[in-house]
Amino acid sequence: MPLITKPNIADADGFYARLLATHKGLTEAQSHALNARLVLVLANHIGDAEVLTQALDLARDGAGQSA
Amino acid sequence: MAYDYRPFAYTPPSGLTAPEPRHKIVIVGAGPIGLAMAVELANHGIQATVLDDNNVVSVGSRAICWSKRSLEILDRLGVGERSVTKGVTWKVGRTLHRDQEVFNFDLLPESGHKMPAFVNLQQYYVEEYLAERATDLAIDLRWKNRVTAVEQHADHAVLSIETPDGPYQLSADWVIACDGARSPIRDMLGLDFDGELFEERFLIADIEMQADFPSERRFWFEPNFHPGQSALLHKQPDNIYRIDLQLGWDTDPEVEKRPENVIPRIEKVVGHSDFKLDWVSVYTFQCRRLRSFVHNRVLFVGDSAHIVSPFGARGGNGGLQDVDALGWRLAAVVRGGNRDLLDAYDRERCFGADENLLNSSRSTRFMSPEDGVERLFRDAVLHLAGRTDFARPMVNSGRLSRPCVYPLTAPDADLPSGARPGAVAPDAPLEDGWLTEALGRDVVLLALGVAPPQVAGVRVLTPDVTDTLRARYLGAQAQAIYLIRPDQVVAARWISTDAAAVSAALADIWEGR
Repeated sequence: MPLITKPNIADADGFYARLLATHKGLTEAQSHALNARLVLVLANHIGDAEVLTQALDLARDGAGQSA
Repeated sequence: MAYDYRPFAYTPPSGLTAPEPRHKIVIVGAGPIGLAMAVELANHGIQATVLDDNNVVSVGSRAICWSKRSLEILDRLGVGERSVTKGVTWKVGRTLHRDQEVFNFDLLPESGHKMPAFVNLQQYYVEEYLAERATDLAIDLRWKNRVTAVEQHADHAVLSIETPDGPYQLSADWVIACDGARSPIRDMLGLDFDGELFEERFLIADIEMQADFPSERRFWFEPNFHPGQSALLHKQPDNIYRIDLQLGWDTDPEVEKRPENVIPRIEKVVGHSDFKLDWVSVYTFQCRRLRSFVHNRVLFVGDSAHIVSPFGARGGNGGLQDVDALGWRLAAVVRGGNRDLLDAYDRERCFGADENLLNSSRSTRFMSPEDGVERLFRDAVLHLAGRTDFARPMVNSGRLSRPCVYPLTAPDADLPSGARPGAVAPDAPLEDGWLTEALGRDVVLLALGVAPPQVAGVRVLTPDVTDTLRARYLGAQAQAIYLIRPDQVVAARWISTDAAAVSAALADIWEGR
């Protein structure tokens, strides 16, 4: 099964707002830690090694640039 | 070519020499919303009097993006076709990061609507057209009449007014405050906004230049010509371009507004210095509203009731939707109708304002992220959006105004969701003209593929079922009956029904449910 790269979240703005709200009040280090936990939680939900590899590659693409 | 400002004539009002009889409705503010309100009420048979402290249309382009719904409303007010003809029609928006296009969007990919997705037209033209229309309708427009005090009584309000010839008073059953974001009426009643004030400022400028930019909205995140900030470019009629530049909070607005500071910034945007600066202003982002838009005998409409940051065109368009929601109800109340209609206005437009505020707050956060995790995610979204599809819907440079769907509790059926109760009835071409024109400003019973039940107090519309009507109103069904309010919002719908059910839904409309 390939990685889904088409929009797949019905209410993207609502999700984005909840994501930021989840971080509210945390220090930068705490936010980093939250993000790391979130990646692991979502990776476990996905499970499929092929999909996870594609996700890692996509996230890494251009990672050496400033943004 | 810059706009030719021609002052409206001030005439000494009769109230200066002898007390005037009590007015039904006085509108304070002759901006686009106050003028639209007056014309809408006149269309419903109620002549309001309009007061304005000034005697010219808006200085600077101000509200420029008029949505499809606003154009439909303006069309009913008699100035829609003129606005579209004069305006710049656009439907493509391009979003850029640094100087690379991240993606573009098409706002109205389907045909079969009288009005386009968006038209750019300077606010002063809309005001000019509405003022002319109001004059044609013999509406009493009182320029240079500044309200200095408002006094509320049980069944009326009294306004104290200052004119070039001295003060006078007017009493009115209803006062509609259309006096803008800094509403003096709001202050006089001691009311304040709730909500968010963002620590973000934008410089906004109109420039005149010969250029062949296409009719598109262009939004830049962190452009090379304005590092670390955002910028927006819109084309307007008369070779006028609108440029919005994010300034950051640490800047002094008075300093930024000076031509010697503005012009070099704009030179960087357009790449040359062959332009004329027409107007410049600085604004602070706010997303706030009154808790209630109805305060005894004073009703708030437009920016006096709610203000949003501008990157969604939700200010002027939201105000016109207020006008659309209030006109038919207040006209009914003036004729002795149920006062709950005004509660329904308050309820529905607070709902609409909240949707606008939510969208504007989210856009503002995305455009102007706080340092730390907000910026981290914003930059991650922009990074991914250039590489993959899924992140593009997360890029937020303003969610452009669409009418909200009111949360009605009403008869509904298995029919297309775009025409569900609470939504504006979608337009469609008819054999002769358009559905929005045929709906007009009455309560309409639209019967498709079936004979309508006989009910008093509704106008029946039975057009031939075209493919577009089928797609927008029937879906898989062979027939349907829609009850549509005077503001063209679907009130109820059935696959088949009877006179008793339609009458009950009709009563809900007129009793403000």
